[in-house]
Amino acid sequence: MEQSSKQLTGAEILIRCLHEENVEYIFGYPGGAVLHIYDAIFHQDKFKHILVRHEQAALHAADAYSRSTGKVGVALVTSGPGATNAVTGIATAYMDSIPMVIISGQVPTYAIGEDAFQECDTVGITRPCVKHNFLVKDVKDIAATMKKAFYVANSGRPGPVLVDIPKDITAHLCAFEYPKTVQLRSYNPVTKGHLGQIKKALKLLTEAKRPMVYSGGGVVLGDAAEHLIKLIQTLGIPITSTLMGLGGFPASDPKFLGMLGMHGTYEANMAMQDCDVLLAVGARFDDRVIGNTAHFLSNPRTIIHIDIDPSSISKRVKIDVPIVGDVKSVLADMNELIAAEKPKQNTAELASWFKQIEAWRGRKCMNYAQSTELIKPQYVIQKLHEVTNGEAFVTSDVGQHQMWAAQYYPFDKPRRWINSGGLGTMGVGLPYAMGVQLAHPDAQVACVTGEGSIQMNIQELSTCKQYNLPIKVIMLNNRYLGMVRQWQEFFYENRYSESYMDSLPDFVKLAEAYGHVGMQITQPGDVEGALKEAFAMKSRFVFLDFITDQKENVFPMIQNGKGLSEMILAEEL
Amino acid sequence: MRHIISLLMENEAGALSRVAGLFSARGYNIESLTVAATEDPTLSRMTIVTSGSAEVIEQIIKQLNKLIDVVKVLDLNDGKFIERELMLVKVKATGAFREEMKRMCDIFRGRIIDVADGSFTIELTGSGTKLDAFIESLDKAAILETVRTGASGIGRGDRVLKV
Repeated sequence: MEQSSKQLTGAEILIRCLHEENVEYIFGYPGGAVLHIYDAIFHQDKFKHILVRHEQAALHAADAYSRSTGKVGVALVTSGPGATNAVTGIATAYMDSIPMVIISGQVPTYAIGEDAFQECDTVGITRPCVKHNFLVKDVKDIAATMKKAFYVANSGRPGPVLVDIPKDITAHLCAFEYPKTVQLRSYNPVTKGHLGQIKKALKLLTEAKRPMVYSGGGVVLGDAAEHLIKLIQTLGIPITSTLMGLGGFPASDPKFLGMLGMHGTYEANMAMQDCDVLLAVGARFDDRVIGNTAHFLSNPRTIIHIDIDPSSISKRVKIDVPIVGDVKSVLADMNELIAAEKPKQNTAELASWFKQIEAWRGRKCMNYAQSTELIKPQYVIQKLHEVTNGEAFVTSDVGQHQMWAAQYYPFDKPRRWINSGGLGTMGVGLPYAMGVQLAHPDAQVACVTGEGSIQMNIQELSTCKQYNLPIKVIMLNNRYLGMVRQWQEFFYENRYSESYMDSLPDFVKLAEAYGHVGMQITQPGDVEGALKEAFAMKSRFVFLDFITDQKENVFPMIQNGKGLSEMILAEEL
Repeated sequence: MRHIISLLMENEAGALSRVAGLFSARGYNIESLTVAATEDPTLSRMTIVTSGSAEVIEQIIKQLNKLIDVVKVLDLNDGKFIERELMLVKVKATGAFREEMKRMCDIFRGRIIDVADGSFTIELTGSGTKLDAFIESLDKAAILETVRTGASGIGRGDRVLKV
């Protein structure tokens, strides 16, 4: 009784909430409105605060911490510019459904609305890019709000939740009691899938002549990989994955057809277009995945869709058998049903379907012209895979290098491939690597980036030094904003408008200036040796600047407005 | 097709902007939107008049349900319902207009709630189409000002939207 009636400041209560949630790291940047909170952080040592160099990076690092562990990522920023700088990071996490809690400082309650110094309407600005947000107006509400924030962020379809706390509230006094449970009458996410629908789905899948599974980020986020593997192995049917789902099924398995979509493999896209029963698991029929919707629908197939979010179902494509539920729970139910009923499959048809798939695979769409003079970016990724035994955590930025990393680094485990799929945020790569390395201090962490993207959060080289993060930056330096250049080559008759990067810094010296190791690699013959040397430096941050072929393009490619089976392959040009 | 969607949501600051923001962000139409607290002061009842294909309406309902503050959503068009809207019209009431306005008001079962030397203010309740019909039947030159609340709707009979 004595303990619970002790008066704490709002800031102290907030810290206690984070302790109750077993937070390990928070990523942030101090400022006026959060000074009370930072003072309370100074007095505790249960979690570690990581001081970034820009609020955007705090959000990305917390986001990647979550992506690589499955825990809620936590970030702390000040009011006004602290919050606006965080918006890109929040929107990035929102688009990929990453559970995060963001605490933002706000000007004191009495100053709200008066255009106070460093005031902005944070709740208003972030509303469209959070799962939910709160403005705490009473110190008594802090504990309950934090409990709700963690619950909402990490249940149902996960997402970022922001808690905006005015400065005076963090100084007010109140007794601390953390709620044990949370109940929201307006929010009760479904977890269990409808058994009747699951039965129906299974019947369709086993009776199909040309079944196909298309798995997405939901499998990774829902920790459902194990159940998905079991389903695929039992039924022996082909599977493809979205960019976000990579690692949800082992890429080395012959039933895996590679990534699908705009830069997906020939076999994955052809099979996706040609199948007669499609099972979509935790995926959302994104425009980058199915290409032209009308073309996709021109081939009749029965579609089963498992998703935790009812609004994802029949949003872009009409679904025949919707199953709303947690993918892990639904797949487990499906596996149980198979074990119990041992349904007969159409084995002869399945064999001829695989024969067709093998013929498509025979096109070897991932082949590229090797060179003895110029470093091919694909080659660097292949060597990275070899040198790290396929076990590294790979973060990427956004652009050509992102696609090459996805295509040429086959992931066998979930939560190893960390990238911004939905929002496509350049600049995430380095802060993502920070969050991953902190979560997995002994793991090999590679940040695959380009000379464009890396400069969008280059200041974080300093953070990496402060916390001795032994990240390896694999920069594919083609002196172009490569993906923009590729589109300009294809669709704008080689008019490379503002896509050439001039006056690049000397990245080796830059890395050294921040206290890191820098290496520049210009010859294909030096790629493997440099990677080995870098990864042998287990305690050092190494920045590898690979000078690559300027004109290399990402293939296969589905042009805007074209259908899945209308790919351009490298050999066709 | 025009749909009337009713919803109950937590009566909290910013709740209205979550709904309004959703409609503008996803490009859904809003013909009208009314909101007020219910007999339970922690709940607000909102009526949204929108239009779209069956697929769009389905998405709107799903997206509304996805908002954390929204407790329940009902598409009134899924069953029988009653729709009412209140309109106040200030009209010229000089010379011949004075008698004409009183007559029109009686025909539409409105009430004159304010009388001045040169004008009447008429209160009229009914479905949106009835209010439209009243406006149509008035001489445009006679209308000084109109203000409409937007539709409120409620299910017929046992059809109840409650927590």
